[in-house]
Amino acid sequence: MTHPGGIVLRDEAEQPETGGWRTGVKPQVDLSKCVNCLLCWLYCPDSAVLIDGATFTGFDLRYCKGCELCAEACPVGAISMVEEEPGA
Amino acid sequence: MLELEQLQVLTGGEAAAHAMRQIDPDVVPIYPITPQTPIIQGFAKFVADGRASGELVDVESEHSAMSAAVGAALAGARTITATSSQGLALMAEIVYIAAAMRAPIVMAVGNRALSGPINIHADHSDSMLVRDSGVVQLFVENAQEAYDFMVMAPRIAEHPDVLLPVFVGQDGFTITHSAEPVALLPDAEVKTFVGEYGVPFPLLDLNRVTSQGPFAMPDSYFELRVALADAQAAAASVLDEVLAEFAAMSGRSYEALESYRLEDATHAIVVMGSSAGTVKDVVDELREEGQAVGALQIRCFRPFPTERTAEALRGVTDVAVLDRADSPGGRPPLYAEIAGLAPSVRSHVYGLGGRDLHPEHVRAVFAGEAPHYVGLRGSS
Repeated sequence: MTHPGGIVLRDEAEQPETGGWRTGVKPQVDLSKCVNCLLCWLYCPDSAVLIDGATFTGFDLRYCKGCELCAEACPVGAISMVEEEPGA
Repeated sequence: MLELEQLQVLTGGEAAAHAMRQIDPDVVPIYPITPQTPIIQGFAKFVADGRASGELVDVESEHSAMSAAVGAALAGARTITATSSQGLALMAEIVYIAAAMRAPIVMAVGNRALSGPINIHADHSDSMLVRDSGVVQLFVENAQEAYDFMVMAPRIAEHPDVLLPVFVGQDGFTITHSAEPVALLPDAEVKTFVGEYGVPFPLLDLNRVTSQGPFAMPDSYFELRVALADAQAAAASVLDEVLAEFAAMSGRSYEALESYRLEDATHAIVVMGSSAGTVKDVVDELREEGQAVGALQIRCFRPFPTERTAEALRGVTDVAVLDRADSPGGRPPLYAEIAGLAPSVRSHVYGLGGRDLHPEHVRAVFAGEAPHYVGLRGSS
């Protein structure tokens, strides 16, 4: 504890990869359908949706817990959940 | 030293408002409550008149006022708020958090009895409610001190070794609403004295992103609480430095505790707040009558100057502590600090809910003839 009040600097923070909590499904995108509305980015509770400016670029599975909110939120059906080995 | 034209007739509340005008904080989150209201009413008028530029934030409760103060102070804005009694009680949860997050907020407190029964007059029970929160607690004697300590408060709060809320407590009505001559410093001198605000990790510094107020598990909570205790300890020497610098600027010298005619005293009263003036007057009268009496006024209750209190009371065979707050079922807070520091220490509680302390009460305490509860109706 070197900083007053337990303040944590970003560069000093532990970065636990919460994607390890996924239990069998992960999101998959069909970029040809994506309209870059970024609703998936807004709804993702774990910063697992990657964007470049205002363009959707994919998922960061290190942080995706498989909650499926992005697939639910997508208005054009570009995101689907696919099975994987748990903990993959 | 003081020229008459430097003096203005101000209440303690107005004096604190002038200090705020001169400090010109960036953010003032506030909710009104008697007897604090004149402080913030005075400052709001200065803002309305263009004499101060701080952002007044009218919130819906003191809990919100203190919460906004924490956010503002940590964001990088000099922040002052004010409250009394139930307002401080409602703030209490966030006062603890402000101290733990090391937010250097200045709080002007018009000390008032806690409900119940509901009452609006002076005692120190509201302040004692947050005694263990980690805030620096200063208690002043009169309107001049209310002004002077408000001017000094940001320097103590914002010192990098401290970074704690600092509150300046003035007794409700007795000080907040009583007009007396007050010497204000020139605006420019106060501006230079308080300097620029700064915290080590402002939340709005986007080049150095931080998480503040993180969850602390058993592996780190204890260390952070001890860091808070260390900051309190550091505040003692920082207070001394600021008091010395203030004395050099203003010609007005204060200490964390004031020994009054204690040098050869065998009997002493320890007291805080406005009643210190009454006690010192009685000391003067009794000295004229040939009695070896003195007074010890505590201005800084947190951090408590334990060693210096013991030193000041050396040679005093009979010490009476006057508390303006009770701890039903236990030792009153000021007495709890002083018991054991002298061979004989007596406890008295006085003035709850604004009950006056008269000179004859003080004489009875010195004479050992006063009951534990001084000034209680139906007792001598």
